[in-house]
Amino acid sequence: MSKKLKAVIIGPGNIGTDLLMKMQRSEWVEPVWMVGIDPESEGLKRAKEMGMKISSTGIDGMLDQVIKDDIRVAFDATSAYVHAENSRKLNELGVIMVDLTPAAIGPFCVPPVNLKKHASQLEMNVNMVTCGGQATIPMVAAVSQVQAVEYGEIVATVSSRSIGPGTRQNIDEFTRTTAGAVEAVGGADKGKAIIIVNPAEPPLMMRDTVHCLTKEKPDQAAITTSVHNMVREVQKYVPGYKLVNGPIFDGNKVSVFMEVEGLGDFLPKYAGNLDIMTAAGLRTAEMFAEEAYNGTITLPERG
Amino acid sequence: MDLTGKNVTLHDMSLRDGMHAKRHQLSLEQMVAISTGLDDAGIPLIEVTHGDGLGGSSLNYGFPAHTDEEYLNAVIPKMKNAKVSALLLPGIGTVDHLKMARDCGVNTIRVATHCTEADVSEQHIGMAAKMDMDTVGFLMMAHMVSAEKILEQAKLMESYGANCIYCTDSAGYMLPDEVSEKIGLLRSELNPNTELGFHGHHNMGMAIANSLAAVDAGANRIDGSVAGLGAGAGNTPLEVFVAVLDRMHANHGVDLYKIMDVAEDLVVPLMDQPIRVDRDALTLGYAGVYSSFLLFAQRAEAKYGIQARDILVELGRRGTVGGQEDMIEDLALTMAKEKGLI
Repeated sequence: MSKKLKAVIIGPGNIGTDLLMKMQRSEWVEPVWMVGIDPESEGLKRAKEMGMKISSTGIDGMLDQVIKDDIRVAFDATSAYVHAENSRKLNELGVIMVDLTPAAIGPFCVPPVNLKKHASQLEMNVNMVTCGGQATIPMVAAVSQVQAVEYGEIVATVSSRSIGPGTRQNIDEFTRTTAGAVEAVGGADKGKAIIIVNPAEPPLMMRDTVHCLTKEKPDQAAITTSVHNMVREVQKYVPGYKLVNGPIFDGNKVSVFMEVEGLGDFLPKYAGNLDIMTAAGLRTAEMFAEEAYNGTITLPERG
Repeated sequence: MDLTGKNVTLHDMSLRDGMHAKRHQLSLEQMVAISTGLDDAGIPLIEVTHGDGLGGSSLNYGFPAHTDEEYLNAVIPKMKNAKVSALLLPGIGTVDHLKMARDCGVNTIRVATHCTEADVSEQHIGMAAKMDMDTVGFLMMAHMVSAEKILEQAKLMESYGANCIYCTDSAGYMLPDEVSEKIGLLRSELNPNTELGFHGHHNMGMAIANSLAAVDAGANRIDGSVAGLGAGAGNTPLEVFVAVLDRMHANHGVDLYKIMDVAEDLVVPLMDQPIRVDRDALTLGYAGVYSSFLLFAQRAEAKYGIQARDILVELGRRGTVGGQEDMIEDLALTMAKEKGLI
């Protein structure tokens, strides 16, 4: 059998299209279906030109093809409102769901921190948190892996052009979800998240600041090493993930200043916030594929 | 300029914008003393929260001496006539904070966004309006875009349910003609029932002149701060503005001597530094930079040996907006590295 897992992408917008372009280079995941709801949409037309099978009637338009085409993994880049139904229908057919919406019905997944665990347990639905979460939680975890973190705070600054109407209408969801994952995945006792939207032209690169308060005096050498190691882990799937300054120590406060440059596939390079989501989503599916190929997990049985 | 008979609602900022100048360390006793003094002087509306609004408590902006809830619960029960407002910046605070403020008895919610990003305020303005609160849309850094853009964004906030729109000179950059143009366009194009407000900073020495221009162009709510206690070179000094309005025969309902006394006896003594147009505050106005960056830039200067003025000018060049305080240390570190200082 091919080692590649075959995939369906739901939502042919910016995220879905960028994901498709990245997936076409993947050794582990093969894009087969693109699902939308508007037959006239640019995204579906584009996907068709790129050789994808398309459904313009949501996932219902392709469910009967899932087994025949051996679809094993789905990426949902639609909205929190429809995600639960998409996930239920596809999970029933044994398809692993990577959730790029804020629905978060499955556990949070930040690849260098907890992906291995999710993959080894064959979690059938994992949630990719938020762009700010993907960019910052590895840094919180880098500190909390050295010593206890009482409080973790992240500030994500994104260009106005890179955030869509969905995020804007429910910006509270970003701050709540990210803060929750700073705790649940980052390992901070208490989490706080702030997002700033900047309209400067030319658009600014995504920037992220991470502050942690350690319970005891910070072990500067160990934290510095841990932060640099973690940056390298993220760079494996987001090459433009860059430590600009830090870690800086001030009492029990540890601060790091990051910049995230995207690959510029479908989305411009400044939109590192979107790029890190698609790259993390793909990395997640690849890990499931690797584990299945190595026989450490067994994908759901099919007749 | 003839302001005879015009009605002006004065809104005090000393216990919110002033929190920037106090590094968010005002005590409950100080808040209560100043707010009761303002209430007694006839100030109708007083803002109380962390300098960066509800939920601003953070390493990024500074942890306050007390929570927003503690401040609100200390001040509101003591008010005889004055109402209390709270600021909320979407991306920092959430509707949960908004509901908390309402439960504490806050009358007015001011939802603040950068002047081009009004669409992040829909859920907060909508919720406040639904709860029948006095709901204000607060467009910050309004000097950065045209009057037409401000109008477009104001209309969004109006459509979400705001009954009052502010043109906010967060950087203290505007000159009176710009205020007249922006407020004038809002007045002619927004719903006639929508109130208009102006919030100034004194970084270019223009706060009083700009506030007068705003009233003349159709604004009826003016923010100021007793003794000017606010970010940068402070807000429009309320006691001065009251005296000027008196001379111009505008209606403001405030007792001049009483507010002078609050300024002199209560506020000036608690200042950590004089609130004045020093070279760094002037740079804020001149370069068009968010006023609360001032103390952060001065601390970065002390820590990394890069002049605050140079940091602020570079922040202006990069088009930073309100809330990007984290850029200051980051930039100071980068500049210090380039100069071989660290």
